[in-house]
Parts: sequence; structure tokens; C-alpha cells
Amino acid sequence: MKKYSAFAVAREALRDHLGWERAWSSPEPQKKYDVIIIGAGGHGLATAYYLGKNYGITNVAILEKGWLGGGNTGRNTTIIRSNYLQDPSAAIYEKARSLYENLSQDLNYNIMFSPRGVMMLAQTQHEIRGYERTAHANALQGVSTEFISPQKVKKLCPIINIDGPRYPVLGALWQPRGGTARHDAVAWGYARACSDMGMHIIQQCEVTGVNTIDGKVVGVETTKGAIACKKIGIVVAGHSGVLADMAGFRLPIESVALQALVSEPIKPCMDVVVMANTVHGYMSQSDKGEMVIGGGADGYNNYSQRGSFHHVEETVRALVETFPIISRLKMLRWWGGIVDMTGDRSPIISKTPVKNIFINCGWGTGGFKAIPGSGWAMAELIATGEPGPLAEDFRVTRFREGQFIDESVAAGVAH
Amino acid sequence: MLIFECPYCGVLADETDLAAGGEAHLKRFGPGSSDDEFEAYLFNRENPKGVHFERWRHINGCGKWFNAARCTVTMEVFGTYPAQTLEPPTEITNNISIKRPGWKWKEFS
Repeated sequence: MKKYSAFAVAREALRDHLGWERAWSSPEPQKKYDVIIIGAGGHGLATAYYLGKNYGITNVAILEKGWLGGGNTGRNTTIIRSNYLQDPSAAIYEKARSLYENLSQDLNYNIMFSPRGVMMLAQTQHEIRGYERTAHANALQGVSTEFISPQKVKKLCPIINIDGPRYPVLGALWQPRGGTARHDAVAWGYARACSDMGMHIIQQCEVTGVNTIDGKVVGVETTKGAIACKKIGIVVAGHSGVLADMAGFRLPIESVALQALVSEPIKPCMDVVVMANTVHGYMSQSDKGEMVIGGGADGYNNYSQRGSFHHVEETVRALVETFPIISRLKMLRWWGGIVDMTGDRSPIISKTPVKNIFINCGWGTGGFKAIPGSGWAMAELIATGEPGPLAEDFRVTRFREGQFIDESVAAGVAH
Repeated sequence: MLIFECPYCGVLADETDLAAGGEAHLKRFGPGSSDDEFEAYLFNRENPKGVHFERWRHINGCGKWFNAARCTVTMEVFGTYPAQTLEPPTEITNNISIKRPGWKWKEFS
């Protein structure tokens, strides 16, 4: 792999850009791998990357039924934050956020991480108490957040209307080191690094069955033939239930649609991320100038990557009241992704009832921010067969044990 | 937009009139059941890509709970029926068998 650098740009500029190579190769599948990762989204690719980087396991195939990063990795609103309430969540999301800080250098691929700051508005007395509690919890966890006044909210984000009338801004939970990154670049950067380590990224290859002998996995059936393996990591977000069904177990997960939309590009007017959970909307401005908007998830099971119109209407209605400047904006694109929701709104990184099948799912409405940390923890689980400190609290058996990691306040609505 | 016929009041209700209530026909387990049964009842869900039996409440209408059979991929509604039943009516399951041969759902299909 040729290194990307300012020198490389200059060199290619002098020879009509003929020297750039493909960022990753597209090989045909081998008969056998040590590890198969199902799902070449951010989490799957990050898992493969840290398997190679941290554990030296590179005989790995990453199978993707569509195209690389074409699921929720390419559909989210790119927000990165770690201001969660519970200790296990803060640990893994903060690990991810800190890995994001130098991921561009680590991957030699510009993921455009922009720590512009994330604020979550408090618009009811109840939310003030909730976010003050989170700020105290974050202080104990070593996550840098603070509860700020409405005046500081206005100073950080001048286009916001803090005076109501329905839901005045009463303060905000402010994480200055949160921000955004280019979502596609995260998938592409990991893919390039995985391919460079000799891993096989096989796109247009759907897994149609899981082969087991005596409760132990031996391989998968795919649309490109059977592939044998020693271990499988299932990292397929919304389709986790489908893969679990193939492997013969059930999950505490339901798949629903979560929608987002972007406006036409306008001049820079907002250099922070604002989330308003009471009114179910959040917004940031992309580098192209589009206002990137997300809202609440639909309430019913859905695999169609389209959501209900009335949910988007509610989101936009609330945001127009919070940001009067956007009332005349035209919306350019509108899409949905299928997110896998658990009962406690926390993810699952776990062993499964089938030996040597590991699953990473349940990120629900907020997986993008966790990609590096999730991959780090999942790689440890697959390589050693046992969960490390980041993953052990997210075991699937926590539900029957009653050991929930309840983030329904921090994660249930907005991301 | 999803539209269901409320089996009680006969209104064609769109989803803004309704509240989704999750998977239908859960078998309830209480004290004395095994941990596996209790976990399956409380947490594990079918979450199928295809035929799904689910509960809806006609919240901005007659207020009653009913069940519906729907495809989670195409959003096609196969039928609705009152909630006071342990299994979907055979007309609906027959209708599904014609449209989705080979469909499955736990015990009945």
C-alpha cells in the first residue's frame, strides 16, 4: 500500500494522477479462513482491523451482502460523543472517542474527525436534573463534560432560539471534545488498512446459512459458495436477528427504522452539534454546508430502510422552533436505516449459544460514535474467546441476570 | 404510511392514529417458570424479516388493542384481528401462506 501524504499528492499532481492505486482489493473468497466477519460496515471492519493490529490475526474474510459501508455506516448523522450515564457505556464510548482523535494518523486515511463539541439541550426541569446527574457521573468516569447555562448555549450556537415559547432552553450538557467525522471515510479507512494486512473484503456476498457441528461453528454458506472458518463474528446491525436465526438462537433485539435528512448547503452558521431530546431532533452542519438532521426512531419492526413520514415532520417541526433560521431551507435528501434496538438501549458484544460464534449488535440509534471502541472490544473477544473489560458488561446474558445497562435516557431518542 | 383496519370499530386508521405495541402472541411466564422461559418471554423477540404478528392500539380512536399480521419488508398488511385470541385466525394464516409460501412463526405457521 502506498502511503497517503502531502508528498504523494504533489507527486501525483505532476503525473496526471495516474499513480493512485485502489484503496482495497476485491479478491474471490478462499475455501477457508481463521475468522469470518459478517458485515463490512464500520463495526465489522474495525473488528477486523484490531484483530490484525492487536492480535496479529490476518487470515480474515469480511463478508458483505451489499457494498462496503452501505448500511448504517453510510446512513447515520456522524455524531461522536461519550457523555453516557452508566460506567460500562462511558468506558466503551470514551475509548471509541479517544481512538477517533488520532484515527486519521493511525489509518493513514483522513476521516475528518472534527471535535467541534456536542451539546444536549435541557428543555424541561426534569432534563436539567438528568443532565446534571450525567455531568457528575461523567466527572467520576473521567469523561470531560459540563452543564452549561442558556447564555453559554447561545454564545456557542448563536442561531439557536433559547426563549421558547413551548420549550425554552434551560441549559445544556456540553461535551467540548465530542464532534463529528466523515462516516464513509471511517469505513474506507478501515477497509484500506485491513486489505493492506492481507485480509479479504468480499462484497456482494450474502451469508445464507451457518454450518455447525456439535454446537460449534465450522463455516458459512454464502451466495459465493461455502466458506469454512474457525470463528465467526456477526456484526450486521439491523439484520442481527436474521443471522441469529440461521445460527439457531434468538436475541433480545427488535429492528426498527431510524431516519435522517439533509438540507441544501448553506454558508457556515453552526459549528457545534446540537441535540434536543425533549423535542426529538438534532442537527449539525456538514463541511459541505448541509444541515444534517436526525430524529426519533419508528415504533414498529421494519426492514425496509424507509420510515414514517410523520416522524420526520415532527422532527423538523421541533427544529424549526429551536432554529428559526432553517424555516425556509429546502431538504435535499431523506433516508432511513435499520437499527437494532435492545431493551436497555445498550449494545451486545458477546459470546453466543453456538461455540465460536460471537456477536456485536444492539447499537440501536447510536453506533457510529462507537465504531473504534466496539471493534477494539470485539476483536479481543474473538481473538481470546473471552470478553475483555470493555465488553464483559455487554454480554447477552445480562438480560436474564437483570444486569441491565440502562441508557434509555441517554440513548433512547436522539443520537 | 401504514394503514390498518381496526377490527373493533371498523375504522381505516393510519399510523398516526395508532401506537405500536410490539410482538403479539407472547407466551407469558411467571413465578415457578424456568429462567429460560422467563427470559424468552420478557426479552427475546422473533424480529423476523418477513411475516410479523404484532400488537397495535387504536390510541386516537376507540382506544382498544388489536393484533395485526404484517410483512416487515414490504409493509403489506395481511389482516387485523381482535387481541382476545391465542392464535391468528385461519383466514389470515391461509392468506399469508398463499402470499409468503414457507413463512414461519414459532409454534403456528
